[in-house]
Amino acid sequence: MAKLKELAAQEERFTGGHRGCAGCGASIIARQVLMAAEQPIVVGCATGCLEVFSTIYPYSAWNVPYIHNAFENVAATMAGVEAAYKALKKKGKIKKDLRFIAFGGDGGTYDIGIQALSGMIERRHRVLYVCYNNEAYMNTGIQRSSATPRGAHTTTSPAGKVIPGKMQLRKNLTEIIIAHEPAYAAQTTFGYWNDLVTKVRKALDADGPSFINIYAPCRLGWAYAPEKTVKVSKMSVETCIWPCYEYQDGKYRITVKPKEKKPITEFLKMQGRFSHLFKWKDDVPIKEFQAEVDTIWERLLKRSETE
Amino acid sequence: MIVARTGNEAMAEAMRQINPDVVAAYPITPATEVVQLFSKFVHDGLVDTEFVPVESEHSACSACCGASAAGVRVMTSTSSQGLALMHEILFIAAGLRLPIAICLVNRSLSSPINIHCDHSDTLASRDAGWLQIYTENVQEAYDTTIQLVKIAEQALLPGIVSTDAFIISHGMERVELLDDKEVPKFLGERKVEYSLLDVDNPITIGGLDLQDYFYEHKRSEIDAMDHVLPIIEKVQKEFGDKFGRYYSTVDEYKMDDAEVAIMAMGSTGGTAKVAVERMREKGKKVGLVRCRVYRPFPEKAMLKALTKVKVLGIMDRSDTLSTLGGHLYNDARSILYESDARPLIKNYIYGLGGRDISIEEIETIYEELFDIQKSGKVDKNIVYFGVRGE
Amino acid sequence: MKKEKKGWKDLPIGLVLEAGTCKDFETGDWRSEKPIWDSEKCTHCLICWIYCPDSCITVKDGKIQGIDYKHCKGCGICAEECPPKIKAITMVREEK
Repeated sequence: MAKLKELAAQEERFTGGHRGCAGCGASIIARQVLMAAEQPIVVGCATGCLEVFSTIYPYSAWNVPYIHNAFENVAATMAGVEAAYKALKKKGKIKKDLRFIAFGGDGGTYDIGIQALSGMIERRHRVLYVCYNNEAYMNTGIQRSSATPRGAHTTTSPAGKVIPGKMQLRKNLTEIIIAHEPAYAAQTTFGYWNDLVTKVRKALDADGPSFINIYAPCRLGWAYAPEKTVKVSKMSVETCIWPCYEYQDGKYRITVKPKEKKPITEFLKMQGRFSHLFKWKDDVPIKEFQAEVDTIWERLLKRSETE
Repeated sequence: MIVARTGNEAMAEAMRQINPDVVAAYPITPATEVVQLFSKFVHDGLVDTEFVPVESEHSACSACCGASAAGVRVMTSTSSQGLALMHEILFIAAGLRLPIAICLVNRSLSSPINIHCDHSDTLASRDAGWLQIYTENVQEAYDTTIQLVKIAEQALLPGIVSTDAFIISHGMERVELLDDKEVPKFLGERKVEYSLLDVDNPITIGGLDLQDYFYEHKRSEIDAMDHVLPIIEKVQKEFGDKFGRYYSTVDEYKMDDAEVAIMAMGSTGGTAKVAVERMREKGKKVGLVRCRVYRPFPEKAMLKALTKVKVLGIMDRSDTLSTLGGHLYNDARSILYESDARPLIKNYIYGLGGRDISIEEIETIYEELFDIQKSGKVDKNIVYFGVRGE
Repeated sequence: MKKEKKGWKDLPIGLVLEAGTCKDFETGDWRSEKPIWDSEKCTHCLICWIYCPDSCITVKDGKIQGIDYKHCKGCGICAEECPPKIKAITMVREEK
């Protein structure tokens, strides 16, 4: 169990003065992930909100070595960095024990970046890939991604007169990655900071590739007041929309079990991106979203029982 | 040591002797062999390289960028569609000043899909900021692979050494290999000013520039390219002094008293040299200018070669699809515009998709250049040589 | 305080940048509300610190020192998350 006072004693690895929106979930994730690492780290970041607002020349919010290459290739780029590290370690030219973390949004991970991520894990590079999932291509102005939930309004799946938001359910990337049998995989969110910190440490200790999918509420894209960011993050878990679980050595484990499973409407009503669903001619989108959430949650409960 | 090797085998051999720290590569015909042979070296313990068998060329170039930014010596190999898939990352690698070296086999770009030789692949990426050196034969492919690593690391720009698909890549020739110990001695260690792995001195690489900084960074990159030719010439001379084989940015063959000449790149240079000999046996004063270094473009050396010639036939194994003809043709026109030398010039687009070009065909081109010299006129500026239906 | 921007010859090559320079960029002028911290009520649970997106809660020896107004964007997460029984942070309208 990580202690806040211990974490607070460290130097800030992700500084203030970055240009993320007020109340940005992704910046909370960057801070918490970086402070969780107990070893020296090298970070890579895919093009996206986090990359753009944290490195506008000549300002950088990163107090650790950092590289940005392109949008879809942070996993491949960090695979190269890790290979260079292995090469130098073999020759005895580097003695320090380093860890590598790649950050990508759901855009750069679920969609355009899935190939590079799959390859990186398949080749067993010891890199932790952190997806900060804000459920849309936020940096280009809130376009739908395969992570966008059923019914959500985005600019390319707008809440229209004929079609009410996104018609498809979410891609379950965490399960896709688990099928690769990484050394560690998990879902978490920053509202449960201890869950997040514990998982980052577990991932960095695991001897092999790891993946953590972190829910990142976005006040702008999801349309809610900035001070609610942490509450939205917690509600995603309380409604089981974003289960906090982990997978290691073939075993599933739910790490945050809500006391009572709330209906997804408790989550939907907090955000403007779903408001049209409450005025729609039927409740089909909400029902389909609820059914998806229930199916995934039931499956998870079953899988984590057979421990 | 004198051996018989194909172009792919020779480049792989050079890579083995260079022993780069990281190679991230993906197979593509006809460069696949380079990657295959190198994998065997890795698995037989003949190199110390961390080999990353990536899942696409885009990831190959990306992984090379990551590794190069981590301060190590990095190489890869590709061709055609592979280079095209890397395209986005090529610009990034050059902008980030990462000295990655690619052993490339020149194969046509789809469509139509074709696995044979032309220069459309590298020429499509000529504006990416990478050094480009086109080799004529297996020996040169081998020698230049070694030289390129040194040039790239001194210029702090990535580079491509290329050789023609199947003609050279799969053509077996006599090669003089250097001693294993000589290659690392010639190259030395890569000197780095910064590295991603230096956690005590963290740096941010690849930040975003708004309108107030982009131009300054780009200007700096342009300046780097402006300073490359002297570096190439120095390394070429060092190589020659040490190993006895001298190369120049522009390969002049019998140009001193040539009345008409041909300009070409790659293996056609070799074919043309035989044509030159045959024409000279008939008493005709012809010459060849082979563009070896294409990026940066060796304007001074090229103009020096063209001072006396009266007619220049420029053979392009590519087309710019701009209605202005081939790449070399446009470059030659551009540098000749303000020069005192005013040869008549004509563009011969040839050899696309591996369409063969023979010694006899080049001789007919020389004959036509003499006709142009006699008449003083060029009827058609651009001709498509060797295609049916013209 | 505007620093003079460097010419191309004075920039480090290859877009390399020093770490952590965002500290020098002030985002405090973004806010329309500012958090006021009551040191008497505060129990130093550090919940506000772990949730601040901009690292604006300063902590020393496990105790909150105050708020970095140079960078605080006034998002209000700290006031929202401070435990309801304590409420040591309140948001007030920023006066210009």
